Amino acid sequence: MMTIKATELTKTFGNFTAVDHITFAVQKGEIFGFLGANGAGKTTAMRMLCGLSKPTSGEATVAGFDVRTQSEQIKKNIGYMSQKFALYENLKVWENIRLYAGIYGIKGKEIGKRIDMILEQLGFEKEKNTLVKELPLGWKQKLAFSVSIIHEPQIVFLDEPTGGVDPVTRRQFWELIYQAADRGITAFVTTHYMDEAEYCNRVSIMVDGRIDALDTPKNLKYQYNANTMDEVFHMLARKAKTAKS
Amino acid sequence: MLKANNISKKYKTVQALSHISFEVGEAEVFGIIGPDGAGKTTLFRILTTLILADEGTATVDGLDVVKDFREIRNRVGYMPGRFSLYQDLSIEENLNFFAKVFNTSVKENYDLVKDIYQQIEPFKKRRAGALSGGMKQKLALCCALIHRPTILFLDEPTTGIDPVSRKELWQMLRRLKEQGITIIVSTPYMDEASLCDRIALIQDGVFLKIDTPDNIVAQFEGTLWGVSADRMSSLLQDLRKEPGVLTAFTFGDTYHVKVDPMKIKKKELATKLEEKGYQEVEIKEIAAGIEDCFMELGVNTKMN
Repeated sequence: MMTIKATELTKTFGNFTAVDHITFAVQKGEIFGFLGANGAGKTTAMRMLCGLSKPTSGEATVAGFDVRTQSEQIKKNIGYMSQKFALYENLKVWENIRLYAGIYGIKGKEIGKRIDMILEQLGFEKEKNTLVKELPLGWKQKLAFSVSIIHEPQIVFLDEPTGGVDPVTRRQFWELIYQAADRGITAFVTTHYMDEAEYCNRVSIMVDGRIDALDTPKNLKYQYNANTMDEVFHMLARKAKTAKS
Repeated sequence: MLKANNISKKYKTVQALSHISFEVGEAEVFGIIGPDGAGKTTLFRILTTLILADEGTATVDGLDVVKDFREIRNRVGYMPGRFSLYQDLSIEENLNFFAKVFNTSVKENYDLVKDIYQQIEPFKKRRAGALSGGMKQKLALCCALIHRPTILFLDEPTTGIDPVSRKELWQMLRRLKEQGITIIVSTPYMDEASLCDRIALIQDGVFLKIDTPDNIVAQFEGTLWGVSADRMSSLLQDLRKEPGVLTAFTFGDTYHVKVDPMKIKKKELATKLEEKGYQEVEIKEIAAGIEDCFMELGVNTKMN
């Protein structure tokens, strides 16, 4: 089953084509790495898939809904987390969980259960009453991820979720992604860490608004005769025509 | 060029820096490597005279960071982690502005920024706010250099920047070093450590180690194996259950496994994994990288 399907999806701003006829599909429960240089069009593509921006041409469905006409249903069926904003700093850990549970329509006793469940999963029981701003970044990011999937969405979009996070916590974060994927949640991830590209089931690499490569990390390395995804990325990104960002 | 002695700083209840001491030589590229929240920015702000340490002393280019702060500010270039140029001014206007503030002109020091500026020059009329990440970084670097500083402080210049632009930025830093500029640079990317002459690994406000990247890697104690097999997702848990396995972490497409060589041999582990039904089992002895060392030294992030 496909949870994301894009066909010739395009977005132009004036005479600049940010996303140029991209076609791809992502399966249920897949961890899909969405890579590209700064300015390659990743954010624009992701905004269209989340129902935040209308495509100039082309089609896409996310969780079975049309990005053009059913953006509200999409928002109910996806989770979203970015490095820049995810939690309210001046609320306590449990208050943040309660807030998001409420926003996503979880009701009554179920909210309390979810709070306890998340705290237990993360080993955060002692931090229940800590203000989020007092948590180390890595802890915040793990909490933000758990909160972004509190409503068990079909897909979670993760925009550079591990930037600046220490090496140990970064790995624990990926274990959380794996657990979610095992439950059938599709993870759509952007990252600048090329070792993390290896953890994805499949990876796409955007260059100048197009998807220039899409396959498993293993096949991409084979195809480009490279030892690491870092080498694959450099080979593709170097072809970019636009001023590099 | 720079000397810090026993620097400490506390914000209310958080100990941001504890007893930091180090020295940096002339034209050295010194990397401060550690995750967000480790204290990197606080240290930079003390050394660039923007905040005061609670304890300890420091000199930059022979000048005291407390007494001689005015003179230090003329001599250092500082690129903060957050983009701090004027968003509504164009590339050209920003650069002219920073030159004028330091009583100099773009023309006078053009040779120093030329390599970098030429890459953004085609867009010189564009507002800084409308630039993409890598272009902003290049402009910020030009502005930090335009008064010909003797020492350059770069706070996480590669965060959020793609791998290709990151590599370019490091090439620029090497060229600045050749021109005699001392560079202190912080980064959360462990793989950038090897591009520095010396590095300090920082976590929770403490320097875990200061040395050349090669020496740090050479000092890694213990035996490290790279392990891979067909079913990677269950392999990690199975490895961690094995007696003799001390730690196991993901590294790209393999697991780095630290073992006690007295308790387990390669062949033995391979046989055990094959008995559990794994295929294509590969176990190789490998050399540790900086990231292995960091995790070994830092053990784990702890709460305050």
